[in-house]
Amino acid sequence: MTGTLTAIGMGLAVIGAGIGIGTVGGKAMDAIARQPEAAGDIRSNMILMAAFVEGAALIAIILGFIS
Amino acid sequence: MISKYSRIFLLFLLFAAPIFVLAQDHGHDHDDHSDQDHSEHTQEAHGENHSHEGDHHAGCGCDHHAEEKEYNPTPDAFHHIADANAYHVVGDIYVPLPCMLYAPESGWTFMMSNKFDYGHNHGTGKKAINGYVLNHGEIMRVSDSSFPMNEEVEIDCITHGEGDSYVVNYKGTCYALDYKSTVDGGLFGGGITSFYDFSITKNVFTMLLAFLLVFLIFRAVAKGYKAREGNAPKGIQSLVEPIFLFIRDEVAIPFLGHKYERFLPFLMSIFFFILALNLVGQIPFFPGSANVTGALAVTGALAIITFILVNINGNGHYWQHIFWMPGVPVFVKPLLAFIEILSLFIKPLTLMLRLAANITAGHIVIFIFVALIFIFGNAGQSMVGTGIGTLLSVPLTLFMMTIELIVAFVQAFVFTILTASYIGAAIEEHHH
Repeated sequence: MTGTLTAIGMGLAVIGAGIGIGTVGGKAMDAIARQPEAAGDIRSNMILMAAFVEGAALIAIILGFIS
Repeated sequence: MISKYSRIFLLFLLFAAPIFVLAQDHGHDHDDHSDQDHSEHTQEAHGENHSHEGDHHAGCGCDHHAEEKEYNPTPDAFHHIADANAYHVVGDIYVPLPCMLYAPESGWTFMMSNKFDYGHNHGTGKKAINGYVLNHGEIMRVSDSSFPMNEEVEIDCITHGEGDSYVVNYKGTCYALDYKSTVDGGLFGGGITSFYDFSITKNVFTMLLAFLLVFLIFRAVAKGYKAREGNAPKGIQSLVEPIFLFIRDEVAIPFLGHKYERFLPFLMSIFFFILALNLVGQIPFFPGSANVTGALAVTGALAIITFILVNINGNGHYWQHIFWMPGVPVFVKPLLAFIEILSLFIKPLTLMLRLAANITAGHIVIFIFVALIFIFGNAGQSMVGTGIGTLLSVPLTLFMMTIELIVAFVQAFVFTILTASYIGAAIEEHHH
């Protein structure tokens, strides 16, 4: 088995990103439930924030590839 | 009620049919193989499946392996997502593509890729032309000058050399092959090679197809607006207009404010181009199936265009916020400048990686779900296993392809919204 440590590192990075995206999505759902008329704005911002969180995970994945 | 169930069953059969064809195909390969038929065909299959496990023979020869091992889908999945110089349709049927190759020593070489004679050989050519060989649909060049360079010769086989490299066996001698010339295939592999590949590859072909498709659709839509000015949209207009308005009202106007009209053509081009490529990539047979938006070279080019556009439109406040952040203590300013300059480059980098990683992941997951048939069926040897694998594989593949349809839209949208937010940050007026 090669690259096992890399795989563990990538898994850890995904845990972080998963918590982050989960929080973003959950809070956005709360916000939409409270103010359904602002759903459009909240949705765009939610996707934007999720993309930023994902960015951190992607950097970790690339570090995994090049290590 | 009955008709509803029979329709679902027909749909199931429709998706199962190509998988059975593939299963037959694979079973056939491995039958050959267990019959100890030492054709090049079998050798190739072996070279591919086993050399990763490190049992490469020391001398140069075409490997012959007797024992059957478990089916390993990883190399096949990576060949599926990689770019290729011949378009695989099904079984041994390939669509040849034009090759335009340039090497500083031997000049230009123009030909169609079927000249390599890859017929029944998993896309590996039996011929070397001007030192070029076709290895699993990819053109590679012999880097050893003692190889007969300026003629057409029959080669014996192509096997794995040391590490990730390949060697070509010609008359009992091994000649090292260069890595492929593009950056995307080996995930940062590539590097400097002895030749340049300007061919119309599978990815380039699909991009041209997407250009044509988007152009034809938008020409029809534009004509529709001219013909029915002031009236309700009709036909394909009704499909494009809501998407167009969604991008304008949800992406362009909130992020760019009153200056949105200047950047709208760019945002629309990038959105519909990525969307068309994502959707064409979802078609599992000939004109589709290429992993274009999953190729780092393609998404990298798009990200570089965004990077240039953001920075040439950046105003004074934008640059001031990068180099000398106002409103913070002086000793923090150099630190923030360092972080801001880093983030200047990380932004397009993540833009590139996000799209490529998401689309590639989708392609690999669908491939692995189809490969469940071969994993359960022990590479076509066990009929019961193949049946169970098919029952598992078809719904999972169907499910994943539906998810990928959503991903195609979401990733095109995310790329566009992030581009818009970066441009918006660069052109924002100062108000403290």
